[in-house]
Amino acid sequence: MKLEGDAVCLGADIDTDVIIAGRYLRTKDRKIWVEHVFEDLDPSLGSRLRGAVIVAGNNFGCGSSREQAAVALKEAGLVAIVAPSFSRIFFRNAINIGLPVVEGDCHCTSGDHVVVDLDEWTVTCGGTRVPVRPLSARMQELLRAGGLVHHWRSKKP
Amino acid sequence: MSTLSERVLGAGAGDYVDANVDRAYVHDGTGVLTLEAWKEMGCPGPAHPERLYILFDHIVPANNSTTAMLQRELRVFARSHGIHFSDIGGGVCHQLMGEGEVLPGEVVVGADSHSCTLGAFGAFATGVGATDMAAVWASGETWFRVPETIAVRLSGSFNGAAEAKDLALAVISKLGMDGASYKALEYIGEGTKLLSMEGRLTIANLATEAGAKTGLFYADDVTREYLLRFGHRVENQVPEPCTYVGEVRIDIGDLEPVVAVPPRVDTVKPVSSLEGLQLDQVFVGTCTNGRFEDLQRFSSIVKGKKVKVRTIVVPSSAEVLRKAADTGVLSSIIAAGCTIGTPGCGPCLGAHMGVISEGEVCLSTANRNFTNRMGIGGSIYLASVATAAASALAGVLTVPELVP
Repeated sequence: MKLEGDAVCLGADIDTDVIIAGRYLRTKDRKIWVEHVFEDLDPSLGSRLRGAVIVAGNNFGCGSSREQAAVALKEAGLVAIVAPSFSRIFFRNAINIGLPVVEGDCHCTSGDHVVVDLDEWTVTCGGTRVPVRPLSARMQELLRAGGLVHHWRSKKP
Repeated sequence: MSTLSERVLGAGAGDYVDANVDRAYVHDGTGVLTLEAWKEMGCPGPAHPERLYILFDHIVPANNSTTAMLQRELRVFARSHGIHFSDIGGGVCHQLMGEGEVLPGEVVVGADSHSCTLGAFGAFATGVGATDMAAVWASGETWFRVPETIAVRLSGSFNGAAEAKDLALAVISKLGMDGASYKALEYIGEGTKLLSMEGRLTIANLATEAGAKTGLFYADDVTREYLLRFGHRVENQVPEPCTYVGEVRIDIGDLEPVVAVPPRVDTVKPVSSLEGLQLDQVFVGTCTNGRFEDLQRFSSIVKGKKVKVRTIVVPSSAEVLRKAADTGVLSSIIAAGCTIGTPGCGPCLGAHMGVISEGEVCLSTANRNFTNRMGIGGSIYLASVATAAASALAGVLTVPELVP
């Protein structure tokens, strides 16, 4: 499976508070999370996520376990996230809701075309192709099913 | 020859395991999405409701009708399925699980990143997201990659005004915010023996701020005596030779009071280097530092004096509040001019009960100082209870004196 989009480049240690602030969590309305995603980092960022691939630094998604952070990014239309490392809870949350996340170190500029190849386990951006760490077999299975809920439902007799 | 994580999970570092979950808890914040995922999964009922807990702490009491409605739904769900339930004012989920629920050797998951707190009992305790938790409700199991372990080797004992919080921040300062990513921390060495259970909970609570999956103390005489108060007889866990992937050494006697400077928990500086910083609010509480020992320490410093800055004290549980009331700790705090909040998370996550304004500085005993967390445009400095008390009295950041 190949995923493609334009790069949105971010720094290291992007925490879940800046992805979606605590003040917006008391709701089930996903539109509210999309409306306020990254508001405290850059209010214009949310509108640039549709069809995009986030290319970030180390420790993406650190901090709170709030799954709303992964949900907000997916609902905003994000295609995938590439970062050298992720906070472990965010990483699991993303896979569990069917948002592809891969560990790899690639350097590019916002707007560059990015191709994430989930068969070859490479990311091509800014004209350079770099290897990424293959997801564990279990996570690949979850992602292929579209997330943990779909995976669970498909297992039921 | 295993680390404690390997022993509890029954497999070697790097292996994947399907673990039986002994206790699983959510709060009013993460419970909402967990319930949504649960409904989508279409299960008739939880596999083991007696192992599940729904504990309200994040926005307590409810701040508006939307929150009230979401809380009502969780309350009804808990009651209809026989799930352990603690309503508003009961206390912070991690504190309640530490009041005689979690035992050494258990596998514990909480839908909150600070669930690593319970590693203080020698349990494998870690945070998970809502969908993972829904699967635990459904099956009673979850999967883990058994983590490698970094040893935090402690020697010496506190001999100045430093306390467990300063130790925890020193560890994060050495490791960095992602220095223990995907790994566990194990606190070992002679220095662990003199740490109280409350202090261990504070230290394990901050493991996640270095990216760690959990932070574990081996159950010893201190653990045993603490749990005996709740009627549990447990065995000590004896460390055995094992392989660590890294080691951090700290002589507790060398520690001094420190603050974590916003917006990073790993930007740790001596309080002395920033003394005099003007404060607008002091906040004492949370799953990090809202326990009885913390309130007692705070009261011993402010007793008979008056705070010079608005100060919010939030006990971490109803039991802590009751004990503070019974022992006079509470009246000393109130007499010093502090205000008391409902047991719970208070303003830590910036949703309720003490949000700060743009340009304001809050000195907090909590665990996160991220941008805008407690209010848009406000700054959060993290410190110990003693530093919070001395600073509340002075109105500016102040080095605490040796507490009697």
